[in-house]
Amino acid sequence: MTLLALDWAFMMEKLILIIIIVFASLGIALYTTFGERKVAAILQDRPGPNRAGPFGLLQPLADGLKLIMKEEIIPTASSKWLFILGPGLAMTASLMTCAVIPWGTALHLFGRTIELQIADVNIGILYVFAVVSMGVYGIMIGGWASNNKFSLMSALRAASQAISYEIAMGLALIALLMTTGTLSLKTIVADQVSGHYWNVVYQPLGFLIFFICAMAECNRTPFDLPEAENELNFGYHQEYSSMKLGFYLFAEYVNMIMSSAIMASMYFGGYDLPFFDESTVAPNIAAMIGVGTLLLKIVLFIFLFMWIRWTIPRFRYDQLMNLGWKKMIPLALFNMLLTGALILSKL
Amino acid sequence: MNTLEILFYTLSAFAIISAIMVLISKNPIHSVLWLILVFFAISGHYILLNAQFLAIVNIIVYAGAIMVLFLFVIMLMNVKKDKEPQKQLLVKLIGVIAGGSFLTLLLALVKQNTSFQGRDVLLKEGSIGLIHPLGQALFTDYVVPFEISSVLFLSAMVGAVIIGKK
Repeated sequence: MTLLALDWAFMMEKLILIIIIVFASLGIALYTTFGERKVAAILQDRPGPNRAGPFGLLQPLADGLKLIMKEEIIPTASSKWLFILGPGLAMTASLMTCAVIPWGTALHLFGRTIELQIADVNIGILYVFAVVSMGVYGIMIGGWASNNKFSLMSALRAASQAISYEIAMGLALIALLMTTGTLSLKTIVADQVSGHYWNVVYQPLGFLIFFICAMAECNRTPFDLPEAENELNFGYHQEYSSMKLGFYLFAEYVNMIMSSAIMASMYFGGYDLPFFDESTVAPNIAAMIGVGTLLLKIVLFIFLFMWIRWTIPRFRYDQLMNLGWKKMIPLALFNMLLTGALILSKL
Repeated sequence: MNTLEILFYTLSAFAIISAIMVLISKNPIHSVLWLILVFFAISGHYILLNAQFLAIVNIIVYAGAIMVLFLFVIMLMNVKKDKEPQKQLLVKLIGVIAGGSFLTLLLALVKQNTSFQGRDVLLKEGSIGLIHPLGQALFTDYVVPFEISSVLFLSAMVGAVIIGKK
């Protein structure tokens, strides 16, 4: 059937891939909330959630059920459409990143080669950057639409924090692009797989800057100024209840997973399992090993995020801005110059 | 109608409707949000022209940075629709007539211009919107204008810092 001259099998393949990746991300996010509570418990020397199911494994389902069952409240003084749009935008923006992440090499099923990446766009990294810069709208719109002073303050904080740290993040990315010479995430990962060292060897400072900025973009402690509960009550989601609040909380975890996946792909070899030659096993098995390796790297990064969250206290707002503008940006510029000088000296 | 035409007309309708909504929205915040949608529609057009780099830079710079600042300023100033001075009908009418005349003038110019005649739009092909050819063009053929514009940006940045310090 050639309706509209589209390759429908290709469309179906991509659709199935999108559904699997989105649901897998949501599922991992669900259990990241559980992981966070467990890690916090271990770091604070207490048992953590252990009542629902074996080892408390059903706790996230119970939490989700609780959120869904709560009463849905839309404040009368809020602007209704934007109030609903806010959490939706936050969730969409955090899930959109998964489109360009290469989750593994290709699978060979039913005589077709299925790439384990939704879209190999030749501007992959810039796409990620664009989605990151969209992420702040969910918070800003939600905070403004709530018609609450604390929410508005928090929305403005979130916006200024995101803009400040995006600059240093972009500069760190430029230094990485200078060494890789391509914007496509697939090529970047493939270059790291094929014998070279991982990019973190060439860009240790760049990775550090990127990591700190990613933490700031995800609004994780020590950068969770937008929801600082002891100054702003609960920040931008103060007026939210039920699953709309759940979407905001959940979007933070999805953001964390996506930024971990991006960092693993760009600096830590993506789906590359070190000291292992993938060509010795069947291609399908190699692809599955690759997916497993990437997931393992993501879990390690998420653990790092949590470790930092439960170790370091929150910054003051002026400290946050000073760190962003007076330390991160000059450091990122220096890193860029250094990378340029090294590349020139090698030529 | 092929897929490309369907996409083109959908995106165009999307862009024009959003642009009209920017103008007729009473609340400035809504206007800003509609304007963001206009930028997305225009980026869609860039992708149809195979200019992915331009499309994504359009989103990063306009939708991601400039519009956030607009939203920021409007939220801080707390512009309310009832406090906004409403223009009189006569002023609005004059504005519509002036704008319409300008549009007619532009259309006439484009139609008369011989360099536009008999030319087709490059759809799904052509590489000047991709990052590699664009970078090469900027740093070889157009390096002087490129550097001059970056000096312009630098001076704007320095100016902003000095104004901010006062």
